[in-house]
Amino acid sequence: MITELGHFALILALFVAVIQSTVPLIGAARRHLGWMAVGRSCALIGFALTALSMLALMHAYVTSDFTVINVVENSHTDKPLLYQITGVWGNHEGSMLLWVFMLSLCAAAVALFSNNLPPALRARVLAVQGMIAVGFLLFILLTSNPFLRTFPPPPNGQGLNPVLQDPGLAFHPPFLYLGYVGFSVAFSFAVAALIEGRVDAAWARWVRPWTLASWCALTVGIAMGSWWAYYTLGWGGWWFWDPVENASFMPWLVGTALIHSSIVVEKRDTLKSWTILLAIITFSLSLVGTFLVRSGVLTSVHAFATDPQRGMFILLLLVVAIGGSLTLYAIRAPALKGGGLFAPISREGALVLNNVLLSCGCATVFLGTLYPLFLDAVGGPKLSVGFPFFNRTFAPMMVPMVIAVGIGPMLAWKRGDILGALQRLWVAYIATALVVLVAFYVTYGGPVLAVLGLGLSAWLATAVLTEFAERIRLFRTPFGDSLRRAIHLPRATYGMSIAHFGLAVSVAGFAASAWAQEAIQILQPGGSIDLAGYHLTLEHVDHVPGPNFSADEAFIRVTKAGEFIAEMHPERRFFPLQQQTTGETAIRTNLLADLYVALGDSDTAGDWTVRVYWKPLVPWIWMGAIIMAFGGVVSLSDRRWRVGAAARATRRGPQPVPAAGE
Amino acid sequence: MKRLIYLLPLVVFLVLAAYLGRMLQLTLRPNYDIHEIPSAMIAKPAPAFDLAGLADGKPLALDALKGHPFVVNFFASWCVPCRIEHPLLMRLATENHLPIYGIDYKDKPADGAHLLATFGDPYRLVGMDRDGSVGLNFGVYGVPETYVIDSTGIIRKRFVGPLTAEQVDKELLPLLKQLGQT
Repeated sequence: MITELGHFALILALFVAVIQSTVPLIGAARRHLGWMAVGRSCALIGFALTALSMLALMHAYVTSDFTVINVVENSHTDKPLLYQITGVWGNHEGSMLLWVFMLSLCAAAVALFSNNLPPALRARVLAVQGMIAVGFLLFILLTSNPFLRTFPPPPNGQGLNPVLQDPGLAFHPPFLYLGYVGFSVAFSFAVAALIEGRVDAAWARWVRPWTLASWCALTVGIAMGSWWAYYTLGWGGWWFWDPVENASFMPWLVGTALIHSSIVVEKRDTLKSWTILLAIITFSLSLVGTFLVRSGVLTSVHAFATDPQRGMFILLLLVVAIGGSLTLYAIRAPALKGGGLFAPISREGALVLNNVLLSCGCATVFLGTLYPLFLDAVGGPKLSVGFPFFNRTFAPMMVPMVIAVGIGPMLAWKRGDILGALQRLWVAYIATALVVLVAFYVTYGGPVLAVLGLGLSAWLATAVLTEFAERIRLFRTPFGDSLRRAIHLPRATYGMSIAHFGLAVSVAGFAASAWAQEAIQILQPGGSIDLAGYHLTLEHVDHVPGPNFSADEAFIRVTKAGEFIAEMHPERRFFPLQQQTTGETAIRTNLLADLYVALGDSDTAGDWTVRVYWKPLVPWIWMGAIIMAFGGVVSLSDRRWRVGAAARATRRGPQPVPAAGE
Repeated sequence: MKRLIYLLPLVVFLVLAAYLGRMLQLTLRPNYDIHEIPSAMIAKPAPAFDLAGLADGKPLALDALKGHPFVVNFFASWCVPCRIEHPLLMRLATENHLPIYGIDYKDKPADGAHLLATFGDPYRLVGMDRDGSVGLNFGVYGVPETYVIDSTGIIRKRFVGPLTAEQVDKELLPLLKQLGQT
């Protein structure tokens, strides 16, 4: 009964979305306020209906209703409650429902928090959101319905893939989807602006918080996914350039570019058509990612059960959404007038450089991901096309970018003084040189590139701190004065500094992973491994039962120079239902390095394969990502987004240096 | 003229969409198997190679291998799927005594040697294909890839991606047995 209610709510949501995508658009064209207002009500009703639908499916999972095919295929009565709930989006149909739920959440948020938007713009934005919702609701209802019943019901379900039964992965999809889908708001704003034929500073100011929020969610989502791969797959790797990883990374790259270019639109009223294009491309890449993962064109470790028919439908959606918006772009964008001029060396110039490098980086990842397609060949599962390709092409492009991130914020708008900026960064040179020298000395004979990578991180970190010190005129005015300046700095400025600092932290983690050490040995209980100064002794391996698995749990004693450090318990879990074994690694971190132990196979004689990794600075990769996302949140709390952003007089003439804000 | 630039994104997208559609069409064919990659090299002579050995090992040359059927496995230290395949190769080498020759694809000798030192060495000989040119001649799409070559140097079978126990039992071993008898 409740399941049918959910199904029914979803069908109703489709009809509401049809109204939402047409009536406000006509209203905006005819300047009919009543028709325009329909968009707002539709968005809110649509959200309530999809939420109801989502809850209905959750209910079916939690009560283990095995008359629902989707529950049979993905759940089991023995599964812990957390995974019964998160199992809802651990499969294709349910995750599409989550996708649509997030979409309606975004539309509802736009409807609620857009009172300061001109009614016509708001109506058009909501209409475009409605169109996207129509496409995806049709997709779910026609090809991927999670509410289908089966009769007679089987006695129990088939369970969720054991690899997915993990807290890290349970919350990875919601964040990722919130990021993906959140970019639909920027997309809708872009399309609405193209329909209106007008892009101004106010437009950029409205669109930026949405982009920032989705970017934060996507950053957290990607970091969670990478962290999950790190501790679950048992090989100590944290990024595999897997097609599905790339599918989430590409919108992130372009989304990052979008955040930066929209600043230029807001502050300087220029780069308009480029920003619009970025907004379209960011969401388009989210859609293409969805296509790649679910159509069966590419398979990968993470891919869902795929169905080419669904692929056809998504491809059609792609053609309508992306093709339509780009056609509109081709017609309307040439008419968008650019505003302020700027010299190549200026804040705008630095942001353009950022955009160029990020876009090229994204294009590289795109080519690397679709390379098999272009060769007219399809890859088997877990095929590494990539590492050397990506390391040789993507990494070199990011090096100048990281260097530029340190300098860019020091430049003034319109015309910057690069020599002055470089002089003011003297602390950064010293810090970089020191870090490089020390790292080179300590790791002499090791990989040189990693030393340079660490230097890059030091450069960026000190450049960010220098820029901040410059802003508050630290050591140049009395300390109290600096403090007062620091307090009055806009939150967006803090956000920028924090996010850039987070990037520096992550870069250190990327670079230092080259110094990782590993040891793989076959051990009898009592045997030991020495690695990076640690002495690990396999004491014994116990057989322990779990809720829906049975595990072999190893007891490994770790000592360093004779002193007891920790007891580590890596496990191997066997899930009888799926006849599948997964590994639970044991990780001990002191935030400077991880000691990572994975338990491998055993043979009949009672030998165990034990893999030990020592990974310096690796936790910094995720810490950096969290800091970046936090920077985004801080920037999001800036009051300038909340205060009514009525048309701001365009400033002419020379501007004060440094301009407030980012 | 300037307007044409604004058309560019659309054109690029349409080309891409056509490609994606074509790929989808391929996957829609009946009895399509995603692991099966058609290879133009099947039943053709294997491209000649003469590679430097790994570390201080002996060099690996195609001509020296002819006379018996053998297996060529492309691998690399940077390749995670190769590590998944590795225990199977070890088993084939130690239990089935298969003549497996490794080609270390686009890799540094030190890294390749380190890999084999830590995980075990299933190969009779390993050749270094540092610039990937041998891989290019074979039409290697990614690593790992495994080729079965008969005693006259003709490629008989290609496996893309990590070998599975099933492929080994149902295809690789029967094929080698058959090749060994003729």
